[in-house]
Amino acid sequence: MTKPSARIGVYICHCGTNIAGTINVAALREFAATLPGVIVARDYKYMCSDPGQELIKADIAQHGLERVVVAACSPHLHEHTFRTACEEAGLNPYLCHMVNIREHDSWVHSGEAATAKARDLLRAAVQRVAWNRPLERRSIPIRQSVLVVGGGIAGIHAALTLANAGKKVYLVEREPTIGGHMAMFDKTFPTLDCAACILTPKMTAVKDHPNITLWTYSEVIGVEGFVGDFKVRVRRKPRYVIEDLCVGCLECIEACVYKQPKFYDEFNQGLGKRKPIYIPFPQAVPQVVVIDPETCIEFKSGKCKKTCLEACGERQAIDFGQQETIETIEVGAIILATGYKAFDASRIPYYGYGVYPNVYTALEVERLINAAGPTGGELVLRDGRKPRSVGIVHCVGSRDEHTNRWCSRVCCMYSLKLAHLVKERTGAEVYNFYIDMRTPGKAFEEFYNRVAEEGVHFIRGKVADVYPAETDGRLILRAEDTLLGQVRKIPVDMVILATGLEPQADATEVRRLFNISCSSEGWFLERHPKLAPVNTFTDGIFLAGCCQGPKDIPDTVAQAGAAAAEAMQLLDTGSIELEPNTAYVLEEVCSGCKTCVGLCPYNAISFLPEKNVAQVNEALCKGCGTCVAACPSASIRQHLFEDEQIFEEVVGVLA
Amino acid sequence: MKPKLAFYWCASCGGCEEAVVDLAEKVLDVVAAVDIVFWPVALDFKRTDVEAMPDGSIAAAFINGAIRTSEQEEMAKLLRRKARIVVAFGACAQTGGVPGLANLYDRESLLRAVYSESPSTLNPEGTRPAPHYATNGAALELPVFWDRVRALGQVIPVDYSIPGCPPTPKLLADAVAALLTGSLPERGAVLAPDKALCEECPRRESKPDKLAITRFRRPHETLIETDRCLLAQGLLCLGPATRAGCEARCIQGNMPCTGCFGATSRVRDFGAKALSSIASLTGSNDEAEIIRILENIPDPVGTFYRYSLPAAPLPGKRPNRAGK
Repeated sequence: MTKPSARIGVYICHCGTNIAGTINVAALREFAATLPGVIVARDYKYMCSDPGQELIKADIAQHGLERVVVAACSPHLHEHTFRTACEEAGLNPYLCHMVNIREHDSWVHSGEAATAKARDLLRAAVQRVAWNRPLERRSIPIRQSVLVVGGGIAGIHAALTLANAGKKVYLVEREPTIGGHMAMFDKTFPTLDCAACILTPKMTAVKDHPNITLWTYSEVIGVEGFVGDFKVRVRRKPRYVIEDLCVGCLECIEACVYKQPKFYDEFNQGLGKRKPIYIPFPQAVPQVVVIDPETCIEFKSGKCKKTCLEACGERQAIDFGQQETIETIEVGAIILATGYKAFDASRIPYYGYGVYPNVYTALEVERLINAAGPTGGELVLRDGRKPRSVGIVHCVGSRDEHTNRWCSRVCCMYSLKLAHLVKERTGAEVYNFYIDMRTPGKAFEEFYNRVAEEGVHFIRGKVADVYPAETDGRLILRAEDTLLGQVRKIPVDMVILATGLEPQADATEVRRLFNISCSSEGWFLERHPKLAPVNTFTDGIFLAGCCQGPKDIPDTVAQAGAAAAEAMQLLDTGSIELEPNTAYVLEEVCSGCKTCVGLCPYNAISFLPEKNVAQVNEALCKGCGTCVAACPSASIRQHLFEDEQIFEEVVGVLA
Repeated sequence: MKPKLAFYWCASCGGCEEAVVDLAEKVLDVVAAVDIVFWPVALDFKRTDVEAMPDGSIAAAFINGAIRTSEQEEMAKLLRRKARIVVAFGACAQTGGVPGLANLYDRESLLRAVYSESPSTLNPEGTRPAPHYATNGAALELPVFWDRVRALGQVIPVDYSIPGCPPTPKLLADAVAALLTGSLPERGAVLAPDKALCEECPRRESKPDKLAITRFRRPHETLIETDRCLLAQGLLCLGPATRAGCEARCIQGNMPCTGCFGATSRVRDFGAKALSSIASLTGSNDEAEIIRILENIPDPVGTFYRYSLPAAPLPGKRPNRAGK
């Protein structure tokens, strides 16, 4: 192919001093003007500003520019801006090419080397842009439904917001009930609202909402497609109870051959017991029992009297033969609200969790003081005694380079809440051991003062050790009180570890499944920490709640609302324009070797046996280039990444 | 007057000459239609005979072999002057061929290996070939051994290429016929189809839609089925990356394609392209496992660049500047 001649305009952005402070933009402009094909070269303080864009538009009209090169920041930020400016001036947007001389140059290099690199990058762009060809975007309709993954308060709020706006919502939760961590809490800080009182109406609303399809005990196992048109496969695990037939009378639980509950009760952190057939907690949604095949005699031996079946009677809701099913749904957007996992306190051996019976985690204490909990709301030690003194250790698994470096944001406040509740219920002396007291939310500091006035003790110092006293077996908390400047040893009956928040154990698998990014800690990564806090780098997938990072309930709900709004905005756009950088097969030279067919991650390539060629479905192609690189006879090419364009760029940068 | 043809060989094994001989009785048709004015392997002409011919008097010169010595370079340039059309005949002339793999080493290493280090060498004086040698009043001239092997097109302008190691007699006969009837394509063309070999492979139907190779096997390691895609059997067949036109002869002999017909016109680097495509067929997403699978491939450079190293964008070890 002969090199096309084109009239090229080059625009160099100062980005204030971001670029011009490092790169000699005047010299770069003079250099650009000498490059073959360049008709006009300019530099300007802010190319992305309206006057900057006007410069380009005016030059297209006046000089008849056929190509535009903008040397500025990352295309991620302003490629759209400059392409649109070109389009408004009558130039096909794909004849505009950006050079990143900020993130790739001025921010990471200095001195003459930075200007030299800018020259190389600019030369490459000018050489490649001559080969650019006009391209047209394709438009596809957006499916008017949203998948919400995770049924904690974040997922519940997002689902209800969307459903109330008339959108079809699929809410998928892997536990047998929705409610998440919030359903386990007793009260919420700083207002001391009863968690269940404010949560359960929303849970019921989810169940009753005509626009919400609720699938509990279910997990997403496959995601295909793209923004506007995701195809999601969901595995619905067998609960051995037919959801539509179970009325939630719980008579089967009563009738179970196990007269007493004797198995580990997950919802109550193992502090209580449940039967093989159970409901996680009284207000569980849906009100459908579940059978645990690991403990049910019928599943283990097949010789159970099946008294539960008798109790269920004509309802016939129990089905021991139930199999898992795989459902496929099609949605336009996805909200991930997969939550967090509490830090495993046994990872810090010197706090004695799992060794000394009266060392508890905060979540366990939430269950103990909850009226629906295993003790009916009585805060008692393992031996049934009421504690007369309680020590609360802050920052367990937070702000510590041996465990997690981050602040979990909620522990100070929930520790204050627990201090208040413990004092209120038991009258015990309560000692809070903290590193810094972090109370930056609305009415948080006031709550701290209130708890302090109630007589809770505060000791600024990190607990170094928890060990039993030789005399009475109480637990001694040893810490350096950094305000007093001395080591203190305080004996207590009960230790509460304020465990921090961690990414879910399977966060990495979930991240891969949905093709989004994680921070190095494992929290799902938002597209921009300030300006796109609920978006991800994958269009059409949004984040809500603690899967993105530790946060309290108000922040979680606010974020869930924001995610719902973003999804709604997307859906209401109606259609979406797809980038035209798709792959295409040169059918006349394709040998039909099928190398590409199995490689496409989007299943966009099919093999046509009658023509013995491969074919790319442009609506499915995401332009990843896998097939282009793999095609052994170079019979697949890609718009915007044509061989000539790439080679000219390489030659230009090396010239 | 019949058009004049010349055949010449440079750094080659002689296989390309066999391809001419393999025209068999068709060679009589060729000889009836043309005058062969130069063919050192078969006919007794001297260099001085060629030098005496008027420039441009030969219709076409078919040159096989790569360029390794000064003599080969001189002869290529001489034939370029005398012939109106020069055809790079065979893989060595086209892209450097098997002799081109010597570019993995510099000249000094090669000479040291051959004249000092090889176990069968007895050369206590360390004698090396020298371009000039005089003894008993007689002077002897030897060609200079260049530092690099080059494809013919890297030494003189080449009008057409006929691929193969060696090319098939059919391609030669077709080329001569096209020459005689004036139906040659645009200059620069490769005189073979521009699709990959899978197109004409007799086992095409048996190739699965998705290949996931977990172990590459060499031909001696397995009993090769005669009717199933060789890649599907784990044999490293370069057919998907290699230009068609050979009539799948190796496949018909139950051996995998080694890529002697080179790449299609759209590929700049045969080895990189073939490697990229083969690597994409490994049946694992685990990095360590992928490495283990690919380590099954012995001598990757010799496998993927067997015929094309000198013509590749990364053409081997950097030349020793003092060597040439």
